Amino acid sequence: MARIIVVTSGKGGVGKTTTSAAISMGLAKKGHKTVVIDFDVGLRNLDLIMGCERRVVYDIINVINGEATLHQALIKDKNCNLLSILPASQTRNKDALTQEGIGKILEELAKEFKYIVCDSPAGIEKGAHLAMYFADDAFIVTNPEVSSVRDSDRILGLLASKSRRAEQNAEPIKEYLLLSRYSQERVRSKEMLSLDDVQEILSLDLLGVIPESKSVLLASNSGIPVILDEKSDAGQAYADIVARYLGEKKPHRFIDDKKGFFRKLFGGK
Amino acid sequence: MTINSLSKSHSPPAVEFKSSTFSVPVLSLANNDLVIIEKLLDEKIKLAPEFFKHSPIVVDLSDVNKKELFINFGDLVACIRKSGLFVIGVRGGNEQQNLEAITLGIPVNTSQSNPETKSDCTKSSTGTPLQVDDGLTFHDSNTVIITKPIRSGQRIYSHGDLIVLAQVGAGAEILAEGNIHVYGSLRGRALAGVQGNTEARIFCLNLQAELISIAGNYKISDDIQGAIANAPIQIYLQKNTLVIKSLV
Repeated sequence: MARIIVVTSGKGGVGKTTTSAAISMGLAKKGHKTVVIDFDVGLRNLDLIMGCERRVVYDIINVINGEATLHQALIKDKNCNLLSILPASQTRNKDALTQEGIGKILEELAKEFKYIVCDSPAGIEKGAHLAMYFADDAFIVTNPEVSSVRDSDRILGLLASKSRRAEQNAEPIKEYLLLSRYSQERVRSKEMLSLDDVQEILSLDLLGVIPESKSVLLASNSGIPVILDEKSDAGQAYADIVARYLGEKKPHRFIDDKKGFFRKLFGGK
Repeated sequence: MTINSLSKSHSPPAVEFKSSTFSVPVLSLANNDLVIIEKLLDEKIKLAPEFFKHSPIVVDLSDVNKKELFINFGDLVACIRKSGLFVIGVRGGNEQQNLEAITLGIPVNTSQSNPETKSDCTKSSTGTPLQVDDGLTFHDSNTVIITKPIRSGQRIYSHGDLIVLAQVGAGAEILAEGNIHVYGSLRGRALAGVQGNTEARIFCLNLQAELISIAGNYKISDDIQGAIANAPIQIYLQKNTLVIKSLV
């Protein structure tokens, strides 16, 4: 059974695309056949982060409109042959996405891939709605600041009410919290919310904390998902996240000097 | 020709009928003394003047008619109008009262069991409490229980009490005709007694609400600040003011 994961946040610029690229690469590196879909029609970026922008011929809208087959549009990643990318269209807008079209594409992908990662656009409009509609799992990417946390809360509400699982009264979407751009220093100086604060507001399972890191920007600029930079803190954080998602027990890192306390809190998973 | 040209234009029709449900208070009369009625109405309205201001109301005459008390419908409407309420319907009225209502431009609700329909089917309907009662008691016992966090942007309405076994996020809104219990942090808006029940209360474990209201009397976050935080509290109405009090 394929698992559909949506990477979403509500707010823009929190690291959805970086996260989508990293975790899809991580899942593929672990030996699972994975596809990552860019839902940000009109503002596509995933191809840049994945370093495949020069190989885009057809996109998701061409597939929906029947102008290309799914296989013509899928791009094989150059670093890992178990990973494919389905790019968004840059010349169209989100109205070109249809629920029926997305449903068909996901159904076809599910036959072939183990994990389908949907990179949601910001906002709560059509693009974001369709990215989350078919999901089984949701990765909520949140920055440690109030507006991002509130937007995540809103997205969580929509996941619980406007998704296929909600409409069919099936088991609800499994929600995970990814706290990105976390800086221990800035938490100490009270510029940022602490992990505790965010968890208290959202009351959500923490999948991992990704530290604020130069390596993320460097990786984006060079078109290599940051998870492949094994020496970087952000790369390791994403590797931990993928491992935890797949059921491995890993202690949380990059949080604070209060490590012992958090180990106790989260049972050292 | 004209029909053709009309159908060609795509402008929306000038009039459209849409079905919609409204919740309107019902004034049930047990007495035909207009002086007493006026006095009681004034007392009731003073408890929540904002809520009752220009409020539409339906008058239920079934009790009065059952007791065979005479009441002049025109005088009654004038009396209610004096207290600032608008009568928008009558039910349970007899033929004479219904006729007066129509002449005053007030619709008559025939779907309810009024004396006329009852006399048509005497044996089957007399004595069955469900016929006399119109479901209002059902609404009172309509408690809603929510076990998951209520997220920003979500809105929950309960016709009775509302019990939330999780937190209520900022930007969420919970409304109940009865009491509200939140066994978690209350960060959104909580409105109890939204149909005018001044006896309704709000209970929560940690008050950080954006707004709290009971029967239309409200306080916003700024007014609450400084009130008991991080402790179980209750909120109730006392002489038209919201009182926030620790439960322990």
